[in-house]
Amino acid sequence: MAKGITWSIEDADHMTQAEIYGEVLTQIAKKNKKIIAMTADLAGSTKIGRFQKDFPERFFNVGIAETNMMGIASGLAATGLIPVISTFAAFAALRCAEWVRTDLCYQKRNVKIIATHSGTSFGQAGTTHHCTEDFGVMRAMAGITIIAPADAYETAVAMSQAIDMDGPVYIRIGRSFEPPLHKSIDSFDFQIGKAIQLHDGTDLTVIATGRTVNGALEAAEIAAGQGLSVRVLDLHTIKPLDTEAILKAVMETRRIITVEDHNVYCGMGSAVADVIASSGKGCVFKKLGLQDVFSIVGYPDDLLHYYKMDADGIVEAIQQVMKMDFEQDEDWEDEV
Amino acid sequence: MALDAAELKRLKQKARQIREEIVKITYTCGGAHIGGALSQTDLMVALYYKFMNIDPKKPELANRDRFILSKGHGGVGHAVVLGDLGYFDKETLKEFNKTGSPFGMHLDCLKVPGVDASTGSLGHGFSIAIGMAIGARLQGKKWRTYVMLGDGELQAGPVWESAMAAPHFKVTNMTTIVDRNMLCIDGSTEEIMALEPLKAKWEAFGWKVIELDGHDFNEICDGIELANASKDQPAVIIAKTVKGKGVDFMECDKKWHYAGLDDVTMNKALESLKKGAK
Repeated sequence: MAKGITWSIEDADHMTQAEIYGEVLTQIAKKNKKIIAMTADLAGSTKIGRFQKDFPERFFNVGIAETNMMGIASGLAATGLIPVISTFAAFAALRCAEWVRTDLCYQKRNVKIIATHSGTSFGQAGTTHHCTEDFGVMRAMAGITIIAPADAYETAVAMSQAIDMDGPVYIRIGRSFEPPLHKSIDSFDFQIGKAIQLHDGTDLTVIATGRTVNGALEAAEIAAGQGLSVRVLDLHTIKPLDTEAILKAVMETRRIITVEDHNVYCGMGSAVADVIASSGKGCVFKKLGLQDVFSIVGYPDDLLHYYKMDADGIVEAIQQVMKMDFEQDEDWEDEV
Repeated sequence: MALDAAELKRLKQKARQIREEIVKITYTCGGAHIGGALSQTDLMVALYYKFMNIDPKKPELANRDRFILSKGHGGVGHAVVLGDLGYFDKETLKEFNKTGSPFGMHLDCLKVPGVDASTGSLGHGFSIAIGMAIGARLQGKKWRTYVMLGDGELQAGPVWESAMAAPHFKVTNMTTIVDRNMLCIDGSTEEIMALEPLKAKWEAFGWKVIELDGHDFNEICDGIELANASKDQPAVIIAKTVKGKGVDFMECDKKWHYAGLDDVTMNKALESLKKGAK
């Protein structure tokens, strides 16, 4: 078992990300009595209800009143407790944006938000229940940590590490049975703020986050069959951003594609673009995601395909990007 | 029970002094929410100088009572009280509103000792207070949370999410006070968005409601004692107050919600406070 992990997950392959965090949280809470779980009439949907079974006295369902939940969490944290609150991303990030800003971030409250059903992962529910704006909203808040785990194993570790750190954390997960990315809980090195390189490559780098990482890895394997060497970064932490890994990709591959289940405006791709622009280096760049549109209704996997966020869409983008030129600077050789 | 004469005198004198300092800071800082700061003063004096278990030399004391000014724009009045109690050097209040000052219209709990939550955006502080009260209960702590809301603030929906939650979670280690001064920025609360019947609304949400004169220390102290003793349901004090209280030309006039003072108006205001004290 990985260092510092005091909980265990059996059979994660058959659990959703939400089920995993519900289970891990309950296990951690057995030892850490400061943990309080909260939801807004979504105990079942977000799986935080798992906690309620073992710790009813430390579980608060505020009803359909998300902003009140954020405020109460801020107050609880002010007394030294660690509230872990869960609701759909659309409500946590959008309805509660000002509460997250003013009651949590501004006051440096130690509250963890588990935002479920993010991106288009609640496919059939339609735009009101999708959330393709939360990276942008959350990233603009000083002092918050934003994590988008790619699978259930990453969710478990992210949850555990979030509780170990002080300050507000926004963990963005999906709804459905996203296939596992990793083989087991200790087969990868997860550190908040550090991208995981899943596949090395020299022609191009695909930077993916959340439920698009699997497709990125698949696309790299398809591209390898076409003679292309594609690096894949799992950028699970959106803030603080791993600028080192991004700069390395800029220098070493000079072609970058970002993939996120989010609007391409103000999303992870925009964060990566900031780094590229600041580097002063020529780099071909393409952002995959929702192209500033409201999402359509559909099955979650179909939506990944529709918005070209799956392996097919990424392979298509790789082919386009490989045809584009970047301007090499004079000391290019020195920097590789 | 009626306060003895010396105690009543002490509280009244303190309230007058606080009001004078609010007027003076409003003058030096260029502008402040003076109307609401003056309406809340007697309530805050009763809390801070009689009821709350605090130690201004130890603002982070674990077992202190908490106070959340949910009507955060009353921050100027709150800061004057905290300065007077010695949470920080009173002289620093001269920096109010200045660039880089710890003091602005809405106080920052990370910068001003004694402030338990950063409020200002209305409809937030009440939830935070409930969280603190529940936090105390879960950890078996005896300290109490006090929260003061503005009446205009009650027009904000989130207040009623909290009003629903406190009785539901049986939060009785918290005392809620509404500064019912009848005015919001644009005019009378009843003209802008009517709150009445206010008592019935709180009662319907499951609260014990105590109505009192928010400028009568006997009533205020009795009311706080009664609220603190309520064990079956949370209690709210609807304190009927006068916006701009104590300064005759500011009373019940919406234009003094936020305003600045020049030499003439400041002296007039101080004169009015002096006269009222007689």
